[in-house]
Amino acid sequence: MKQSRIMPGFKPALSFTLVYLVLIVLIPLSTLVFKSLQLNFDDYLAIITNERIIASFRVSFVTSFIASIVAGVFGFIIAWVLVRYSFSGKRLLDAVIDLPFALPTAVAGVVLATIYQPSGFLGRWLMDNFGVKVAYTPLGIVVALIFIGIPFVVRTVEPVLQEFDTTMEEAASSLGASRLVIFNKVIFPNIFPALLTGISLAFARGVGEYGSVIFIAGNLPYISEIVPLLIITKLEQYDYAGATAIALTMLVISFVLLLLINLLQLWARRRSGQN
Amino acid sequence: MHTLVDAHGQASRSALNDPKWVRVTLTSIAVGFIVLFLCAPLVLVLYQAFSKGLDAYIHALSDPDALAAVRLTLLVAVATVPLNTVFGIAAAWAITRFDFRGKSLLTTLIDLPFSVSPVISGLIFVLMFGAQGWFGEWLLAHDTKVIFATPGIILATIFITFPFVARELIPLMQEMGFEEEEAALSLGASGWKTFFLVTLPNIKWALLYGVLLCNARAMGEFGAVSVVSGHIRGLTNTLPLHIEVSYNEYDVIGAFASASILAGLAIVTLILKSFLEWKQGKG
Repeated sequence: MKQSRIMPGFKPALSFTLVYLVLIVLIPLSTLVFKSLQLNFDDYLAIITNERIIASFRVSFVTSFIASIVAGVFGFIIAWVLVRYSFSGKRLLDAVIDLPFALPTAVAGVVLATIYQPSGFLGRWLMDNFGVKVAYTPLGIVVALIFIGIPFVVRTVEPVLQEFDTTMEEAASSLGASRLVIFNKVIFPNIFPALLTGISLAFARGVGEYGSVIFIAGNLPYISEIVPLLIITKLEQYDYAGATAIALTMLVISFVLLLLINLLQLWARRRSGQN
Repeated sequence: MHTLVDAHGQASRSALNDPKWVRVTLTSIAVGFIVLFLCAPLVLVLYQAFSKGLDAYIHALSDPDALAAVRLTLLVAVATVPLNTVFGIAAAWAITRFDFRGKSLLTTLIDLPFSVSPVISGLIFVLMFGAQGWFGEWLLAHDTKVIFATPGIILATIFITFPFVARELIPLMQEMGFEEEEAALSLGASGWKTFFLVTLPNIKWALLYGVLLCNARAMGEFGAVSVVSGHIRGLTNTLPLHIEVSYNEYDVIGAFASASILAGLAIVTLILKSFLEWKQGKG
């Protein structure tokens, strides 16, 4: 970017930004590191290898993974329909996609629990027709996380689909490729990196999600207890060291996973570039 | 609006490539999913809130604990939103109007609160100001409470809503460039005058949307606030916490009446977003 010579206010704007960032974000976050430095490694391992804590990590990561994949499938279909087809009421549907961003998580939590509990309108239907219990099981957590994750997928895939050059499709079509072949060989490889980004954003958000999950989860230890809830439980017992150890582990695992996903994206982008 | 028409024209042409049964199936799946998964919860909030009639609804909202929760929620928003708005404008000004080392690091750090779980966002303030925290003893000696009190709730909310305004402004101001501002400055306008008369009119809608998003999240934050609040009824319960307490006590009307206020806020946010996109499409 070209540097402006006469633009005023650089020093005050940047100083305020930095001071505020350090005070509000960096110093508070550093407490996590300093607090965990007080633990020696054996204590840390003893906390983390507790069976109940390992179980909660499994619950959090497995439910987030499944939910982000499901959100990926439906989010892709929704983005496809919103970009490619035209029908009445489309704009309204498009606006509703952002609801999970705008609706407070506690509201989402109580509503989803009410809908999917055994006496709720979808909960009873699923129970009577399929014998599936959603609320107060890990499946309930998955449902809540799909709700939270769907806008991440739609909003990352939508712009890429919109900008996708349809002349590539037309070229493939005029060369005699079938619609399915065109989708598999031309469209999907180009959209895949964006889809992967959307899924990983949904996943990352799902692992840390608390409000929309706890009402529907039932919170049974070893079965439907998520990591964020366990952090709160430790805090309520004034076990600051335990809470910090769990929180730090969760942050580190999330960052490592995000790094891996970024590498995967890079790989997918290179591949589609070569094709 | 012209670009939209063109996009639609192009879309319908390429849609001809999909066979009709594919189009119908995919559209049904998409519409069914959105209606069942996204619209139904919104409708159900209102249905439950008014399930015992308007009087029960009003009664639930005039409960002293509910009113205290509304007051605290407003106080938190009033304390949080202006600070983060000023920060957002300052950060966007520094990042988009000047070149300096570490700029991309700064941009990444601003987004940091988004990638931290809400519960951990609350935890870090407990580690600072809680009884066993860094400033715990000092606060105790000076008879001040941060955790399980309003200051803690405000701090955690500022952390959670930190990036919202900056994130809306930075891409817009980047794209806008600063030729207009330079013109005003070189004609002798002061820095503040340039900001208020040139910059602000150009960014006002994005700014408003950022402020509204920040406000919606500040009023609706649950995880982080739940960690630092202590759930003291009538004292440290915000609206989302009041929903939790009422719901857990099987007070369905109480929970959903409070939920309906926050759902209304969400709807206003969505409408403003659509309006903003429509305006940008036109401009």
